[in-house]
Amino acid sequence: MSSSIATLPERQNITTMPDILHFEFIRNAFLAAILTSVACGIIGTYVVVRRIGFISGGIAHTAFGGIGLSYYLGLNPLVGIIPFSLIAAIGIGLLSRKARISEDTAIGAFWAAGMSAGVILIGLTPGYAPNLFSYLFGNILTVPTSDLQLILLLDLLVMVMVGLLSKEFLAISFDEEYAKISGLKTLALDLVMLCLIALTVVIMVRIVGIVMVIALLTIPAAVARSFSQSLYRMMAFSTLFSILFSIAGLWLSWIFDLASGATIIMVAALVFLVNALLGIHGNRQTQC
Amino acid sequence: MSDPVIVCDRLCVRLGGVTVLKGLSLTVHEGDFLAVLGPNGGGKTTLLKVILGLVKPVSGTVRVFGKEPGHADGRIGYVPQTLHFDRSFPISAMEVVLMGRLSRKRLLQRYGREDRRKALEALEITGLASLARRRIGALSGGELQRVLIARALAGEPELLLLDEPTASVDPEMKTTIYDLLDNLRRHHTIVLVTHDTGTIGRHVSRIACLNCTLDMHEKGSTLSRATLENLYRYPVDVVEHRDSSGTAKYHDHA
Repeated sequence: MSSSIATLPERQNITTMPDILHFEFIRNAFLAAILTSVACGIIGTYVVVRRIGFISGGIAHTAFGGIGLSYYLGLNPLVGIIPFSLIAAIGIGLLSRKARISEDTAIGAFWAAGMSAGVILIGLTPGYAPNLFSYLFGNILTVPTSDLQLILLLDLLVMVMVGLLSKEFLAISFDEEYAKISGLKTLALDLVMLCLIALTVVIMVRIVGIVMVIALLTIPAAVARSFSQSLYRMMAFSTLFSILFSIAGLWLSWIFDLASGATIIMVAALVFLVNALLGIHGNRQTQC
Repeated sequence: MSDPVIVCDRLCVRLGGVTVLKGLSLTVHEGDFLAVLGPNGGGKTTLLKVILGLVKPVSGTVRVFGKEPGHADGRIGYVPQTLHFDRSFPISAMEVVLMGRLSRKRLLQRYGREDRRKALEALEITGLASLARRRIGALSGGELQRVLIARALAGEPELLLLDEPTASVDPEMKTTIYDLLDNLRRHHTIVLVTHDTGTIGRHVSRIACLNCTLDMHEKGSTLSRATLENLYRYPVDVVEHRDSSGTAKYHDHA
């Protein structure tokens, strides 16, 4: 698969960071990587410690229905994803916790239903669906400034919510039962957290696409966990890792003319693998 | 005499179609140290969860401090089993203990100096002040158990509910935990769930045997060796007489 950068002139002569920063779309790409990494590092930490990666995958894939709807109505796909991913978050959350349906069944149902809705809506849309691939697999090089503003806004929302609810989120993540006994509205807090995951999915779709959101959401946090003393340090480290993976992936995809989203994920996966292998030999007590 | 702390009256609980507790009646008074013994699956943890308001009975009534369960407003300190904790969670002992203050904080309100002082105090009582900053993954089973006791104490409860506090610790730590409970009983009402029949009789004031139905053993504050020996064998009896009449019985073994 070749990415859109293949059509750019003089690409072969530009391989160092300062050179490629001259382009506006590259600057946008870097900004997008950094902004995305902030939400990704914070929310990914909760996803990893609560082991809800599969829910996050479900929310992301359900959001494909939103992309279909956006194409059908002629809207910005990012705008269409927001309601779909929020509905998925609340739907999966309520179904698995209130109805007597097991969580993986609820996730699977939403996952497939969302994807099918997207496929049908895109089929109903006359003509060819442009950029569909970039929403499925991400394309960090085609992020317009308007999307950056939306990403920034959602980033701020995620940070403010986590800042306000840090005590409550730590409590439900570590020991939900105890949080409930202590009088916390755990279901409501749970749904708020799932909605924040949904918004983070929206933020990340531009960078790695719906299909690969889970990887970038979980890998930086998983790598950060092994040497983080607290949840907040883990968030900081996973944000750093996420930035590192995104920029390294972006740079490599530029040099070797590869799809940017997939390259970012490959870099992350490689580091994850090395870290896991080192963990086998190194100290086990923090990994347990 | 003050009002009882816990009153359960003809309590029936069904979980997933299975009757877990049947016709259970139980009264716990202020200052009691009650041990609930019984086999696995006998409903010990369920009884605690009913008292905490996490599980609703299908019939019968429960009153905790004269109110419906779940409305005790921080007067209960709960110490769950250590088994279900994710030891790789990046959290320090101090942060866990601070959670004991949750019931005293409003939504969005942060932990303050007073909360930290209480948490540190609780860590000192359980002998863990030097490990406050240590990550829980680096604690031993017994230390983690004491962190959970400290968490319960940090909320300044009147009633302590402990679920198998000695299940996953070595014998020496077991003694340490019982010594700790001996100290705590001076200021707290304690309900302890365990199948550690070996040493429990020496520490508690009352023993109940639970296997779906409850048998109460009232003995006053001192226990003779003869009754202790009687008790050691008792849980085995309970297992053998699994399908007894199904109503609550009160025995007086004294």
